[in-house]
Amino acid sequence: MDFFLLTLVKAAIIALIFLTTLAYLQLLERKLLAHIQRRPGPYRVGPHGLLQPLADVIKLMTKEDLVPPYVNRTYYVLAPFLAVFLALIPICLIPFGPQVEIFGIPTLMQLTDLPVGLVALLAISSIGVYGIALGGWASNNKYSLLGALRSSAQMVSYELPLTIAIATPLLLANSLSLQEITQAQSGFYFGFLPRWHVFQMPWPQVVTFIIFVIAAFAETNRLPFDMPEAENELVAGFHTEYSSMKFAGFFMAEYANIVTICSLGTVLFLGGYNPLFPPELGSNYVPSLLFLFGAAVLFFHGAQAQRWRDKITFPLFGVVFLGITALFFIPMLWPYLLPVFWFALKAGMMIFLFIWVRGTLPRFRYDQLMSFAWKFLFPVALLNLIITSGLVAAVS
Amino acid sequence: MDVFLFFLFAAVAVGCAINLILQKHPISSAISLIGVMVSIAVLYLLLGAEFIAAAQVIVYAGAIMVLFVFVIMLLNTGAEEDGPSNAMSNFLGVPLIFVMVGLVSYVMMQIAPSAQLVTFGSFTGGKAEDLGILLFTKYLLPFETTSVLILIAILGAVVLAMREVDE
Repeated sequence: MDFFLLTLVKAAIIALIFLTTLAYLQLLERKLLAHIQRRPGPYRVGPHGLLQPLADVIKLMTKEDLVPPYVNRTYYVLAPFLAVFLALIPICLIPFGPQVEIFGIPTLMQLTDLPVGLVALLAISSIGVYGIALGGWASNNKYSLLGALRSSAQMVSYELPLTIAIATPLLLANSLSLQEITQAQSGFYFGFLPRWHVFQMPWPQVVTFIIFVIAAFAETNRLPFDMPEAENELVAGFHTEYSSMKFAGFFMAEYANIVTICSLGTVLFLGGYNPLFPPELGSNYVPSLLFLFGAAVLFFHGAQAQRWRDKITFPLFGVVFLGITALFFIPMLWPYLLPVFWFALKAGMMIFLFIWVRGTLPRFRYDQLMSFAWKFLFPVALLNLIITSGLVAAVS
Repeated sequence: MDVFLFFLFAAVAVGCAINLILQKHPISSAISLIGVMVSIAVLYLLLGAEFIAAAQVIVYAGAIMVLFVFVIMLLNTGAEEDGPSNAMSNFLGVPLIFVMVGLVSYVMMQIAPSAQLVTFGSFTGGKAEDLGILLFTKYLLPFETTSVLILIAILGAVVLAMREVDE
């Protein structure tokens, strides 16, 4: 009974945080892109546009839900649900922290730790392509169909280097459970260098990590490889005919996939919830110092603000940051807060990289994309796997 | 709980398989086949073969069926039309299916009579480690033969699909 209740509460917390993250990820992306292009971005709803996601949700929900007469109705309606459903499941496999005790009951800071967690995650993401493929086909529109075809071909092609890049650190971790993979990366070399897979001997997985990130861009249909919805060629690709909440479904699925793949990269290469440097050197105080710095910046800008409402909102957020700082100073809460902080920091860095690349790189041509996957990325990933397995076998 | 899930997903698998034959449109048939594959994966999972279950979803539902759907979309085939039917097939078709199912089950019973009932969760050799050890020791020859066969098939497909070069 305890187990059941605890799982229910954990699922509720993770669902709440995950969905809020998805909504704010979209705002973050718009803001970052805007700043890369030297404009302010969404600014009107709430202080500095902070309530924009709320406004977007209301807009999407109240829009007319149009189903064109020429579509294949069943699959047209099914596709966005399938996409969202399959994109939201994998988060239950991601470990946010080690085993902790809540009111005396030991539990993992993770919904479920499958012994084959990684393979299960790959299985779910491999059927995620049907949402896009069916949506594009059922729309009965040449642009949508082309988008869907491109997307299927691209996702199948890039799944190969991605899977090989995922398999390589497994040789070092010796497990398929995401919790055990994370634990295999705890500890430090020479007392300061973390034993994450990107740094781990005998063969630091830097090349694998780069291959993983490139393939992840393609798998999530992000900008250098966003062939399925290339605006200037295909209008909007597979979701051209979708409006209102069905469009929002595809949108949400895309962001959920980004969060999942960034979390997976964090777990596999960046040591999951393990800190950057050992607690003996003071890593337990990093979050408090960061939030304290944030609060100081906010108070400074609040004191110099030009507009009267900035004089209120900046210090208000400063006080919130001070509150978080105080929370991170309580050693009793460290086992719960610190792993989540380190995990969120690393996954957040990877998400930032995704947005940064979108704001920087132009789109590939379709044939370049395919020959890059098959003639360059796949052989390099394979070679890397062979070198790693040889070195691992030689050392052990 | 296990028995309930078993009957649920067995029913889904059989229902999807029947639907696969009855559907007129190739895409609907392909989607039904995906349903069959995923239900069978759940049955594997119930038996304790977790790695096989995940591999079943990745390989069949994820890779092979995506290829099917892709080809159907690329050819853009429409719904199938009813062919001419004759009295023989109308009257004898369904009874003959039952005869064949009966025959197959009889032969299966003869080849491998089940000594004991299958119990859920009693099988524990389904971990990735156990499978790997078996594949590279006891079943090394079949494993390597299969991979060579697949390699030959891939090479054949590449040769067939290659553009003919003018001399």
